[in-house]
Amino acid sequence: MNPDEAFSSPDALADALAETGYLAEPGLVTVTWLAHRLQRPVLLEGEPGTGKTALAEAVAELTGRPLIRLQCYEGIDATQALYDWDFPRQILHLRTVEALAAGESRDADALEAELFDERFLLARPVLRALRESPCVLLVDEIDRADDEFEAFLLEVLSTWQVTVPEIGTVTAQRPPFVVLTSNRTRDLHDALKRRCLYHWIDHPSLERELAIVRSRLPDVDVALAEQVVAVVQALRGEAALVKPPGVAETLDWARALVALRASRLDVELAARTLGTAVKYREDTERVRQVLDRMLG
Amino acid sequence: MLLGFARALRTAGLPVTADRERAFLRAAAEVGAGNRAAVYWAGRCTLTAAPADLGPYDQIFTSWFGGESLDAITHREMPRVSTVQAALTDGGTSAEDVTDQTLRAAASEVEVLRRRDVAGLAPGERAALQRLFATLRPCPPTRPARRRTPTPAGELDGRASLRAQLRGLGEPTRLRHRRRRTRPRRVVLLVDVSGSMSAYSDALLRLAHAVVRAAPRTTEAFTLGTRLTHVTRALRQRDPDRALLDAGASVPDWSGGTRLGETLGAFLDRWGRRGLARQAVVVVFSDGWERHGPELLGEQVRRLHRIAHRVIWVNPHRGKAGYRPVQQGMVAALPYVDEFVAGHSLATFEDLLDLVARA
Repeated sequence: MNPDEAFSSPDALADALAETGYLAEPGLVTVTWLAHRLQRPVLLEGEPGTGKTALAEAVAELTGRPLIRLQCYEGIDATQALYDWDFPRQILHLRTVEALAAGESRDADALEAELFDERFLLARPVLRALRESPCVLLVDEIDRADDEFEAFLLEVLSTWQVTVPEIGTVTAQRPPFVVLTSNRTRDLHDALKRRCLYHWIDHPSLERELAIVRSRLPDVDVALAEQVVAVVQALRGEAALVKPPGVAETLDWARALVALRASRLDVELAARTLGTAVKYREDTERVRQVLDRMLG
Repeated sequence: MLLGFARALRTAGLPVTADRERAFLRAAAEVGAGNRAAVYWAGRCTLTAAPADLGPYDQIFTSWFGGESLDAITHREMPRVSTVQAALTDGGTSAEDVTDQTLRAAASEVEVLRRRDVAGLAPGERAALQRLFATLRPCPPTRPARRRTPTPAGELDGRASLRAQLRGLGEPTRLRHRRRRTRPRRVVLLVDVSGSMSAYSDALLRLAHAVVRAAPRTTEAFTLGTRLTHVTRALRQRDPDRALLDAGASVPDWSGGTRLGETLGAFLDRWGRRGLARQAVVVVFSDGWERHGPELLGEQVRRLHRIAHRVIWVNPHRGKAGYRPVQQGMVAALPYVDEFVAGHSLATFEDLLDLVARA
């Protein structure tokens, strides 16, 4: 679909997202639409498995633009995010030139220009996003990076240009659509939050989750999907689990059952496939109780 | 009208700055100011910054746009706390009259006060002790960080060495080194404010205030009792009396019952597991008195021990002569505690701060 059509109104955007298989709440659709219109990044926070990364993928798919992903970790710095020079290749180039042109004198400026050429530049995700604009830039798990990286990212997000001293300034023709995700392991800096549009993604309701499962896995049996979703909703709501299963876990569980060609979920089958949805040993006891009650 | 809504949110405590207001107005213009639901979402994405803000935002939105007109915004008055300066020595002596002996007497009074049990102080002595809290110097513990910094000697830095070679046309030059930096390690303070700890609650919260002020961004403080309350924001204020007033206002269960295991479990589920307690130094101030059976408490302390870097348990009764941990909750928790220390006087608080700094 033409990106301009998709972003003409929030309702059109909701339909376009649904076509890619991403069923979003009206609030999330409004925020995404506003982010596109106001050209601001979206900051998504929420429990793991609620579809934060999936939104960026869905937007990239519906607009037909490339998705560039920057995975943050502790200690990431501008070199990993922006660009780096391929020093070994540059040194080899120097040696080659030296060996071939032994005796002749070469213009120093020309040699230097050759040395800091495009082919020796390793463009990392943020620089690639600026060059390949328009695109979708996903900055995943920004809370794992530290304060210095946030400051650097804030500068790039505000000005949309980067200066490589040896080459020049790279400016994005159209600012990319930026999605930042965070798991709330720490509080982000207020300056970064002010720049972005903030949205908290909750686990979906029963009807919406059922619609998501049926949209992503068209060949799943309706009754089976209803059972799986009902069990997962009960696990989230009532059982005080260490890690409640998210939408991603529901989809994994449904896929596993489809692969096993099951048509109905019973206690034994659930116990065998539990590893797809529940990932902590301490949770298995409480999960067994819920399963016995709902399926037994 | 929209601007008034943003101002009302600011009065309620949400971090609404001028550029957020501008962003909200632009967003509302884009979605159409007549569409109530769209304005709700436009405001939510520009004016809130954390899940804790969403509750107040909803309330203020329904009261602002819900059909009832508000004539005036009621401002919340900050409580004015006047601190009374009490002299340590009796008033009336001028500077020249103070002799060496009086000074020495005053110093030893202070020394004795530092070692006295907080629960047994008279109100005048309590006020004197509160001023002494300003002399505490908490030092945040550190941990090695992932970033590296250049140093004259140490681990070899390949990239910087190569870069230096480039300047010398590829000839090997002096090697560059780097080492890991250090960052402050997070400290989490869990203060039991139930009835059995009521004699120590004030002093412990002042201690928590001192620790939070020393490293505001990497220290978190919670109170446990029948509920779990996050009091870090209140304790970040500079004035200790005002900070305690705010913290006291936000804690609903002072001197109530004890559900230590449950509240500790709630902390781990909502905050600890997400990352607040991971690789952090966690200090629990409690006497371990648990009404609902020790197994839950033991289980929660075991979970805490698994994710935290160090678990330090401070029991006010530990420093007393003849104390033995026979109380069941304490016995259940002890195997999973790294350090079990006393916390009843200023001197023991100083030792505790030393321990935390070295953790």
